[in-house]
Amino acid sequence: MTGSTRLPPLAKAIVDGDRRALARTISAVENGDPAVAGVLRALYPRTGRAPVIGLTGPLGVGKSSLLSVLIAHLRAQGKSVGVVAVDPSSPFSGGSVLGDRIRLERKANDDGVYFRSMASRGEAGGIAASTREVTRLLDAAGFDVVFVETVGSGQVDVAIRGVASTSVVVLVPHLGDEVQTLKAGLFEIADVFCVNKADLPGADLAAKDLSELVSLGAARDGWAPVIVPTSTTTPSGIAELWTAISAHEAFLDQTGHRAATERARLSAEIAERVRDRVGRDVAERLTRDADLRTLLDRVLARTLDPASAADELYSTHYATK
Amino acid sequence: MVRRAKAGPIRVLIAKPGLDGHDRGAKVVARALRDAGMEVIYAGLRQTPEEVVRAALEEDVDLIGLSILSGAHMALFPKILVLLKAQKAGNIPVFAGGIIPDEDARRLKKAGIKAIFGPGTTLQEIVTTAQRLARGAA
Repeated sequence: MTGSTRLPPLAKAIVDGDRRALARTISAVENGDPAVAGVLRALYPRTGRAPVIGLTGPLGVGKSSLLSVLIAHLRAQGKSVGVVAVDPSSPFSGGSVLGDRIRLERKANDDGVYFRSMASRGEAGGIAASTREVTRLLDAAGFDVVFVETVGSGQVDVAIRGVASTSVVVLVPHLGDEVQTLKAGLFEIADVFCVNKADLPGADLAAKDLSELVSLGAARDGWAPVIVPTSTTTPSGIAELWTAISAHEAFLDQTGHRAATERARLSAEIAERVRDRVGRDVAERLTRDADLRTLLDRVLARTLDPASAADELYSTHYATK
Repeated sequence: MVRRAKAGPIRVLIAKPGLDGHDRGAKVVARALRDAGMEVIYAGLRQTPEEVVRAALEEDVDLIGLSILSGAHMALFPKILVLLKAQKAGNIPVFAGGIIPDEDARRLKKAGIKAIFGPGTTLQEIVTTAQRLARGAA
């Protein structure tokens, strides 16, 4: 990449392949450290290049093992891989055990792979609040492919959809009958379905249920989800899985869906950032400013309802025109 | 290089270098550190010193805990310390647990292992020590 000499030192280090600089910057992003804002700003023009592949699905379906063999498959093709793997934080202690690394098998001293474990830190939806920003760092660091492994997901954990360019929903045989495939949520976000542990009995039935789902019109925007049986013990189906992922990436480019999706996502992200900021500001003012404390008192005394109070606050403090 | 924001939870790598398969202790310790609010990266069994150091750097941990019951601690622990230093990461404190004779423990501490826990250590003692070591880290 050219022009890296104009970058701030830490951003340049990340672009030049300094993995420790990358690791420390990821920690700073996770911790919401404002000191790295300049680095993120400087690196942003270098993002939007690597495909971001989301691996999601219930706990224990083999996402980490699948990731390990996918990494090996891509390394054999000479592609570099950056990974962020999310596991849940405890709602009680805030601590976590991040165990996705244990499946990782790679050649010693292979700088073509960077693997980072991340705790969800109270965020629902299957990823952490900082996951998107971290995928941007991995992208800017020059990895050819970026993977996000979500926490073991439930039916409503679909946040990966807002981060990944291709979402792979990993399932196994005997997760439920075909009615499960009709339910909203997780089954709707798949660009690729992976039926893992396909060496076990029942894999054919699982794949058949999914193909019926797809034939019912799970196709979105002209893309019909591809169903790929895999096994990580043999391993088998891994090349086919990567082919399906690549086909979806090519589809995004050929149809213009990538640009359209990205526009919608960035719009949502900007709105979210403004909402966070305004929300914090309002919460602070309601305890600090005399006029807003009076407003709150009126709501408390039931002489004003919360919706009207919000309208009043917004029109006096935020509406510009 | 950015400085660590103090707001974040302590990140600790728990790894088992060497070839023994007795990971019960490492798992119990991982769980106790989790319950103390730490983010524990569990690297699992049969890690080479190179893999341990690589994981520590990629995960940007504040602390490394090594568990070993194979008897190979005198070969593996110093190697890990040397590799950390070579990566300019000698400031990451390393503690250890397992079956380690007293004489070996003395030598390992002299080599730079910050704390060594044998059988009978309470989890509270390990948690308290881990917190102290992580806070002392640069």
